[in-house]
Order: sequence, then C-alpha cells, then structure tokens
Amino acid sequence: MSSLGRSFFSPGSGGTGTGPFDPARDAGYTDPPPRKGFFTDTSVCIGCKACEVACKEWNAVPEDGIALTGMSYDNTGGLGGSTWRHVAFIEQELPAPGQGGGRPDTVDLGMPTATLPGADPEHREHADFRWLMESDVCKHCTHAACLDVCPTGALFRTEFGTVVVQDDICNGCGYCVPACPYGVIDRRDGPAGDPAVGLAQKCTLCYDRLSDGMEPACAKACPTQSIQFGDLDELRERAQGRLDMLVESGETTAQLYGHDPGNGVGGTGAFFLLLDEPEVYGLPPDPVVTTKDLPGMWRQAALAAAALLGGAAAAFIGAGGGRR
Amino acid sequence: MTEQDVRRRGGGKRRRRRGRGEQAMVPDAEFTSYYGRPVVKASPWQADIPAYLFLGGLAGGSSLLAAGADLAGLPRQRRSARLVASGAIAGSLYALIHDLGRPARFHHMLRVAKVTSPMSVGTWILSAYGPFNALATAGELIGLMPESVRRSRIGRTLGVAGRPGGMVAALIAPAVASYTAVLLTDTATPTWHAAKRELPFVFVGSAAAATGGMGLVAGPLGESGPARNLAVGGAVLELGASRIMQHSMGITAEPLHQGTAGNLHTAATTLTTAGAVGAVAGQRSRIASVLSGLALTAGSACTRFAIFHAGQASAHDPRYTVVPQRERREARGASTS
Ligand code: SF4
Ligand code: SF4
Ligand code: SF4
Repeated sequence: MSSLGRSFFSPGSGGTGTGPFDPARDAGYTDPPPRKGFFTDTSVCIGCKACEVACKEWNAVPEDGIALTGMSYDNTGGLGGSTWRHVAFIEQELPAPGQGGGRPDTVDLGMPTATLPGADPEHREHADFRWLMESDVCKHCTHAACLDVCPTGALFRTEFGTVVVQDDICNGCGYCVPACPYGVIDRRDGPAGDPAVGLAQKCTLCYDRLSDGMEPACAKACPTQSIQFGDLDELRERAQGRLDMLVESGETTAQLYGHDPGNGVGGTGAFFLLLDEPEVYGLPPDPVVTTKDLPGMWRQAALAAAALLGGAAAAFIGAGGGRR
Repeated sequence: MTEQDVRRRGGGKRRRRRGRGEQAMVPDAEFTSYYGRPVVKASPWQADIPAYLFLGGLAGGSSLLAAGADLAGLPRQRRSARLVASGAIAGSLYALIHDLGRPARFHHMLRVAKVTSPMSVGTWILSAYGPFNALATAGELIGLMPESVRRSRIGRTLGVAGRPGGMVAALIAPAVASYTAVLLTDTATPTWHAAKRELPFVFVGSAAAATGGMGLVAGPLGESGPARNLAVGGAVLELGASRIMQHSMGITAEPLHQGTAGNLHTAATTLTTAGAVGAVAGQRSRIASVLSGLALTAGSACTRFAIFHAGQASAHDPRYTVVPQRERREARGASTS
C-alpha cells in the first residue's frame, strides 16, 4: 500500500500504450496471484438481470428508487452508487439474426417462450427489430483514474489487480466520480440510514469472495455464462476465439471492447464482446485515463502561477513604488 | 430525442469529420447514444465548489497584494489585503469541507500525499499556506490592539512575525490560485478536460482581477495604484486566455454559451470588461473605483460558476463525450477501445 494510486506515474509503467503490465505488482504486491477480471459476452446475455440482483443481495446494496425510466424495459438506467451491475437493453429497428440480413439463426436457449419472433406460421412477417443486452460493470482499469485522483487513499488496488473503495476511509469528496472515464463510480445518496450514504460506491469485483477463492456473485448467478470470471490472460484468449467464431458466422459488427492493453486506460480488467459500437451501449468509444495529461496540466498551472507572481510584482513596479 | 438516438443509426453514421482548428458550433447530426443518457458522470459537487475556486483565487491574490503593499510601504492597502486573504481562505476551506459527503472525515485528506490527485496536492498547498497567512493576519490585528497588548510578549512576537509570515504566504499564494484549474481539468468531464491548456491562465487572471477589485473596494484611493494595475492586468489576461481557450476546445466549448453557464459566462465577460474600463477611467474617483472593484470581483466569481456549470452540462450530454472520442478514434484510424 506504499504506492497508493501510483498506477499511472509509477516508474516502469511507461504510461499507456506500451503494452501489458501488471497493476498489482506495480502497486507494490511482491507475489500477487494472476490478475482477475470479467469477460462479458453480450451476445448470449438474455437480459434477465440476475447479476444485478445477485450483486445487490451479496453486497447488501440498497434499492435505488422504484421508478420507471420510460425509455425501455431497462428501469435501472445506468451504473451508480447503488447499482454496481447494470444490464442495458437496446431496442433496435434492425432484423434480428435469422430474420433476414444474412445473419445466422439464433440459438434457442430453451427459455419458457411462446414462440420465437417470426416463427409462428400465421405471422410469418419478420419484425425489423432486435434487442441487444449488455451487463455493465466497473472496468477495473489498468490505469484507473478514480484511484489516481482519490485524495484520501480510500480507493486502492487489490492483489487481484482490481480497484476497491474502503468505506472507512472515503470522505465523500466525490473527486473519483467525474474522473472515471466510464461513468461508473458515484456517491451513494440514499436511503437515509444506509451506512454508505455520502460515500463513493462501486463494484468491488467481490473482493471478499475472491479472497476466499470464490467467484463473484454476479458471474455465479449468470445463467448463460454471459459474465465469465477468471484469469485475465485466459479470458482474453477465450474472448478472441468467441469473436472469431461470431464474425465467421456473419456477425460482422461484433467487436471486443476494453481488452486491448494498448488502449487509453492500459486495458480493462472487465472487458466486453459487443454486437454494435460502444456508444450504442452507453460506453465511451475511446476512453483515456484522465491523469494521462496530468504532467502537462501541472506544467500549465506552474506557468500560470509564475505569471501571477510576475504580474503582481509588475503591478507594483508599474505603480512607481506604490502611491497613486 | 432518446429513442431517435438509438434509431438514428445505420450505414452513414459518423462520417463527418472536421478539419483541425475549425470551430464547431453546429451540432453534429450523426451520433449514437444509449437513450441519450450520459456516458460520464457529472461531479456530485454543488455551488460550494465554484465558490471555493473563487475564494481560493481571491485569497492567493490578496496575499500577493498584501506582501507587495508591505514592501512598498502602503500600510492600509496591506491591512485590507491581509484581511481579505484571511476571510477568503477561511470561506474557501469551509466550502470545501461543507461539500464533502462525509465532512467529519476531512482529516483523511492528510493521510496521503499524491501528485496524481490535484485535490491531495491542493490540500497540502493550503495546509502550507494557511498558517503563514494566519501569522500575517495576526500581525495585522495586533497592530490594531491597545498599546498594552502590543507591548506584551505575544504581541511583540506576532508584530514581528507578520511580515515574514506574509512573505512566505505570498510565495505559496500563486499555487493556491492556480492549482484549482488542474482540479477541474483532471477529470473526464468533457468541457473541463478540454480546457486543460488555458484554464490555469483564466483562473490566475480571474484571481488577479478579483484581488485588484477588492483592493479598490477595501483599500484607500491614495494607495490604490498597484491594486488597479493588478485588476486591469488580471482582467486582460482572463479575457484573453478565455478567448483562446474557447477556440481550442472544439464542440466542448458549446456548453459555455448555453443555459445557466451561458448566462454566467456573458455576465462574467460584461462585468470584467466594465470593471477594467471603469478602473482605468475612474481612477480619480472613489465611487468609480469602488464600483469597478465590485464589478471585477463579481465578474471573477461569475467566471468560476460559468466554467463549473458548463462542465456539469457537458457531462450530462453524451454528445460531448462521444463525438470528440469518435473523431479521435477515426483520426487515428484504429478501432481498438
Ligand atoms: S471504470 Fe472507472 S471506477 Fe472502474 S476502475 Fe476504471 S476509472 Fe475506476
Ligand atoms: S469520494 Fe472517496 S473514494 Fe472517491 S475520491 Fe473522494 S475519498 Fe476517494
Ligand atoms: S463482482 Fe461482485 S460487486 Fe462487482 S458487480 Fe459482480 S457481484 Fe457486484
């Protein structure tokens, strides 16, 4: 813990874009376990929200308002202080696979359905409509802006390479909130009496469960293995295989998101297989850790400070010793 | 707008790209989002934070004015500037702590020192600045006490410590006034982050304008020369840097011209310009000087609130996150994210 928040500036990290590096080792752990993370394959997500519920149950996260958003069946809306897992529902006026467009047939998951859309011979017409679902979560960035900017050290890097808030240290300054390039972390604003009100809250990647050798609650609860937990290296390989398979079978817009250690945050610990562009799911298309530009910002501030000092001196010289 | 965002996609999206440096005030029609919901989170900060930015600038500037007045032999300007500095720094600390989700845990800021966290750096700058500023103020106040108090041992010590205390405070003061810009720019809030090159100059200019302005209000006319220079110089720097900043920000400058932020921005520009002109034109009139000083101070405050609100607005609209990132990604010709 000697190097709280040094993820970006630490010697040897070389900044972003220099390839793989181990955040746990960089944070001072001498013999950390392999870096852990999530591969979320949205192509098999059925939007059951079991992960959202499992996360709330295990972590005792309170409900965050029972209101309808009015925009879709997604009534949680987004990640926040009381939503650490969030399943996005995207309704698109595009043919679903199997309904034209040269896409392959969907796999019937055996869920209790009446009929598949368009399968009923009475209504053979194809609906130009598809649903995309994506279970979103903290990305546990290799270069985590939230951790960099935290002025108390409440956010720290675990031995698993993940990023966790310590409730007993956070002072609720909220600096991590605008710092996160993915809009993940937030200050919990209710309900009254909840011990974490006023504190920054987000997914811990179930640090307590990991420490006991268990998998995170959300991954455990996922019935389709859309959320896969494991060693990051292995997950990246598995993801590539799945992507190749989908592309080969005609899902040409499929892409991996966040997996690349050369991206703006040095690669994320939670990455995704998406069927459309990131922004469709509410994800930033090209996120960069905010502290990447910090050395330049400090330099500008130092120049400005010098200008103020010089200007103040000049104000007195210009006044000819002061009077008038 | 929400459903359309989802629908409005397909073949021809995000084809358009703008040439570098060209200012984009026309909304980009091609852009997708998740039901128009924000991508990044707006800071949970309230009015306390822009107030804190403004008061920090005023405190830092006033310490400089006080030290200069001390050296130049302008005792009444020195006194008023020291008092303004103390009041402002006390107010800014109050605002900072008041805005915390758990104010009682303020001391946890002193657990670590992190150069990657402008808030941590700022806390340490303020911790260094505060005591010296207090020493200068104590030296000033002791001068107002009856003879017996001034003659006491404590009185004599404080009387002597005022000057060095004020000098050290003045050396730290520029950092107090400028680090607050980094506090905002080191975020994923589009409008703040895009202002990273020029915002420190806008802020120190604004600090000098407010300081000079308060110097004109609180100091005597006969000793107002340096305060007037500082006010006018600060106003010119603030307005100039702000113009350059808006040109370099691309579409993220838009929120600075819309809604609450837009009104505040207009007010800031008007007040600062009027104050600077008045400070020069009315230099022989006490009333004109005071009015100009008030305008400059109010203009400086409006600048902080305008920048603050513009950033919040830019975080609420996914366009300001998605469009520039999309352009950056395409310019790079890469598709990794
Ligand atoms: S996604 Fe945001 S909250 Fe999660 S580690 Fe990265 S910066 Fe921190
Ligand atoms: S809100 Fe808490 S976790 Fe976030 S930056 Fe402040 S102290 Fe750190
Ligand atoms: S890893 Fe744990 S804390 Fe994170 S989303 Fe899953 S259940 Fe919630």
